[in-house]
Amino acid sequence: MAENTFLLEVVTPERIALSDEVQFVVAPSVVGELGLLKNHAPIVAGLRIGVLRYTMPDGEVRHMAISGGLMENIDNEAKVLAETAEHGREIDLLRAKAAKDRAERRLAERQDQISYVRAQMALLRAIARIRASEMDQ
Amino acid sequence: MAKGVRDFKRRIRSVNSTRQITKAMKMVSAAKLRKAQEKAESSRPYTGKLQEILARLVAMSSGAKHPLLEAHDPIKRVTYVVITGDRGLCGGFNTNIIRKANQTIMEDERPVEAGIVAVGRRGRDFYRKRGYNLQGDFINLGDNLDYSQAQEIGQFIAQLYEEGAADEVYLVFAHFVNAMRQIPTVQKILPVETPEDIKAEAEEYARFSPDYIYEPDAEQILVSLLPRYLMSQVYHAMQESKASEQGARMTAMGSATDNASELIDILTLEMNKARQAGITNEILEISSGAEALKKGGR
Repeated sequence: MAENTFLLEVVTPERIALSDEVQFVVAPSVVGELGLLKNHAPIVAGLRIGVLRYTMPDGEVRHMAISGGLMENIDNEAKVLAETAEHGREIDLLRAKAAKDRAERRLAERQDQISYVRAQMALLRAIARIRASEMDQ
Repeated sequence: MAKGVRDFKRRIRSVNSTRQITKAMKMVSAAKLRKAQEKAESSRPYTGKLQEILARLVAMSSGAKHPLLEAHDPIKRVTYVVITGDRGLCGGFNTNIIRKANQTIMEDERPVEAGIVAVGRRGRDFYRKRGYNLQGDFINLGDNLDYSQAQEIGQFIAQLYEEGAADEVYLVFAHFVNAMRQIPTVQKILPVETPEDIKAEAEEYARFSPDYIYEPDAEQILVSLLPRYLMSQVYHAMQESKASEQGARMTAMGSATDNASELIDILTLEMNKARQAGITNEILEISSGAEALKKGGR
């Protein structure tokens, strides 16, 4: 089994959030879900806000909420560069839900363009975090 | 004489309370330094990786264009992002950075106009007071830097560049060596250029693996990569400057504490001398008085 695995690293400006051997990765790329297995061709992809899913060598599936960024895979080393990345089991579900409510309220208020876009991003992030957290339960 | 002793006592007390403050500040900065250093360390992999991807991308898709990669011609306005601290009491830290920036501006022989983006209150106050062309300022960043602060600054700089308000952008910050040594450094960040060594490596790679997939395409990747690269560089420089500030403050407060201790030693010695002189004098008076009485008695 070990020969099907490759390295997945999730790096943020603040820390290396993950560095592990995995079997399978599904990343939320800007053009749709992007699945990677060992020996994938070299690729760079833009990522959107969403959930990163990966399968550990023992078959366990884990999730991470990421806030967009880039992913590169070269020579069986997949690197995800994101502004923030949180493990599903680290996420405080209550806080994420509160953030979602707050973002929805702001969207309903409909202020100027900038804060509208901001609120939209905040909403997407909150949804990604809630999903990652619930899927990791 | 007793009055002299009391004066010394008062001065010793005052120096001692100053020493307590400088000592506490030293200890606080030492703790903050450790944290700032850790954060500066942990931001390195992200920046390094972005740099690698960028170099490969530029090497492999020579056709890809982005406003932040394009060099302006002619160069009329040069912007310096001067990263200082918000507070003083850190030796020559802020002054050294500002001096480095000013020196760089003076030595630039091209007919250019210099603009300043001040990060940190000390720098902003300096440039505002002296009537420099202050294009923007970011203050009250605190000791615990957040990536979103760097994002904001990066966005601001990118906008200046794209609008033509800046034709070149440099970061001026203190490179952290250790608590005793911080080197004021000037680093070009716009237009985006990749360091030679990383570039060579990327070109080497490009020659051997032409089948590189872009999702969706090289241009789109650049659009998302370049601002991030810029922000991560700003973030890294801010972290370095923060660690340097704490280091400089720790050193400055350490030597202030040492100076206070030395002063207390000197004052204590002086005080004892004065006290002893007083006692000697009194004994002298008593014994000469007794002597006089003895003589008078005979």
